[in-house]
Amino acid sequence: MQQALSSALPAAHAAPAARRRGGPGGDSVFEWACRLAGVFVLVLLGAIIVELFIGALPAFRRFGLAFVWTELWDPVADEYGALVPIYGTVATAVLAILLAVPMAFGIAFFLTELAPGWLRRPVGTAVELLAAVPSIIFGMWGFFVIVPIMAQVVQPAVIDSVGELPLIGVLFAGPPFGTGILTAALILAVMIIPFVAATMRDVFATVPPVYKESAYGLGATRWEVMRSVVLPYTRTSVVGGIMLGLGRALGETLAVTFVIGNANRVSTTLFGPGNTIASLVALEFGEAGEGSLKLSALLALGFILFVLSFIVLAISRLLLRPRAKGA
Amino acid sequence: MSGATLTGLPPKDSAAASRLGRRRRRRDRVMTGLAIISTVLGLLFLVSILFTLFWRGLQAMGPQVFTEVTRPPGSGGGLLNAIIGTVIQVGLGTVIGTPVGILVGTYLAEYARGSRLGNAVRFVSDVLLSAPSILIGLFVYQLLVLPFGGFSGIAGAVALAIIIIPIVVRTTEDMLQLIPNTLREAVMGLGSPKWKMITLICYRSVMSGLITGVLLGIARIAGETAPLLFTSLGNLTWSVSLTQAMSSLPLTIYAYAGSPYEDWVSLAWTGALLITVSVLLLNIIARIVLRKA
Repeated sequence: MQQALSSALPAAHAAPAARRRGGPGGDSVFEWACRLAGVFVLVLLGAIIVELFIGALPAFRRFGLAFVWTELWDPVADEYGALVPIYGTVATAVLAILLAVPMAFGIAFFLTELAPGWLRRPVGTAVELLAAVPSIIFGMWGFFVIVPIMAQVVQPAVIDSVGELPLIGVLFAGPPFGTGILTAALILAVMIIPFVAATMRDVFATVPPVYKESAYGLGATRWEVMRSVVLPYTRTSVVGGIMLGLGRALGETLAVTFVIGNANRVSTTLFGPGNTIASLVALEFGEAGEGSLKLSALLALGFILFVLSFIVLAISRLLLRPRAKGA
Repeated sequence: MSGATLTGLPPKDSAAASRLGRRRRRRDRVMTGLAIISTVLGLLFLVSILFTLFWRGLQAMGPQVFTEVTRPPGSGGGLLNAIIGTVIQVGLGTVIGTPVGILVGTYLAEYARGSRLGNAVRFVSDVLLSAPSILIGLFVYQLLVLPFGGFSGIAGAVALAIIIIPIVVRTTEDMLQLIPNTLREAVMGLGSPKWKMITLICYRSVMSGLITGVLLGIARIAGETAPLLFTSLGNLTWSVSLTQAMSSLPLTIYAYAGSPYEDWVSLAWTGALLITVSVLLLNIIARIVLRKA
């Protein structure tokens, strides 16, 4: 910094007049460059929406709104509907959140209240590193490690026990392929746990220590401090963090593609194969020729995914907004 | 937060009090146990992934991985073209995306404090930060691949640039916000124009933070697969032409891992090991750079 100051100073001495004339000029150029870059980000989002919509237009024109709730996906007859991938997307994402949130909460609880000081940093870093692993690696790991475990151990056991029960048994029926909606949700859960856990940890850290200390001073246990002080204080942001995880799960592509089993029908059982929007687009894109109705249908799916994840991410950002900065 | 939510009604006699105390401690222990189990499980996932990667990835590891290009199944070969393709596209994407990201972050931190446009830009950038990367791929496909007649390395680089921008924006803004206003006032008081204050003083004082942001961004785009599927497509032969389909590690891994050939699958694991180790190392280096500051 010292260096920076001294290099700025001689210039100011040398030509004060030139600086006075040149200064504001440089200022406005730089300010406009920054502002333009800012506007560019807005344009970028607009362009993404418009381009996807333009690409999707032929499919929307052909099938109308019914596209959204049509189950049929038949490339041979050139008839397309989005119900199966939409169902798969929502089902896997919601299941993943149900699996991930309790674990992420446990990790955040451990990192903020339970872990001794020396353990916090290494465990916290490990969790963040898990978040950094590329999604295709999760896909391969899921396909080669988790799928065999599901097929040989978990699914047969569940089918024999829970699968026999009335009502909920339907969810756990069918042959144990190992792949399917539940496996995809499981992989997604592993992927979003570190995100949700890291967000929760950061949010928990914003609780003023004096609140927690007061509760501890009254004799509260650590769980009681978490439940009755930390959680009520951070409730909004915690929900925001969960929504952030949901947004990630909705659009995840490669990890899901490997393990979901790829079938274009709605199956009632969680062990059944399915498709998500992202996995279907990734798989069938190669067979969609330029200008074909199929390409347009895939882009229409992309547009629907965009709308879905935009809503979820927007809500999450609104909830996560730091409350009254500086207050 | 009141006492009532903590323990219920105050106990009347000592027996009830100790029973209540026992119950509270038991519940605390159960919850602590569950939290520890969650953490151990989470770490176990990481260990399992790393173990699988090293165990299966090292089988096909050797010098030929770095010196030979991909070959048809059964005839050996390496990953050279994929590695080079990834370096080119990630490098180009970083070079395109970083300046834009830094300018946007500067705008948010130095010019747009509290303005309506600034809030809109911040919101949109944060949404893009977590937007599904497959959609960025479809967007660039519509924008660059269809009109310009084919998949290209440059389209892949542009897709990666779009993904890195919001990452750099976030770190740049966060870092600039850390600078105390007194420093800005001191520099302005010496008669420096604002742009010199920002470029000569503010950037320098948070340089390590900016570098961290870029490193994290590179780590993120290096493993991206979905956007490249629709832009640079992948290429199983040697090609460094930016106007043609270009190979990359993630795409080669994707193609090979799903193939029925034993040697391709094990080469996919080697590629997966390479990309994961690089990404994790970048993350660790980024953390060290930030901590040194």
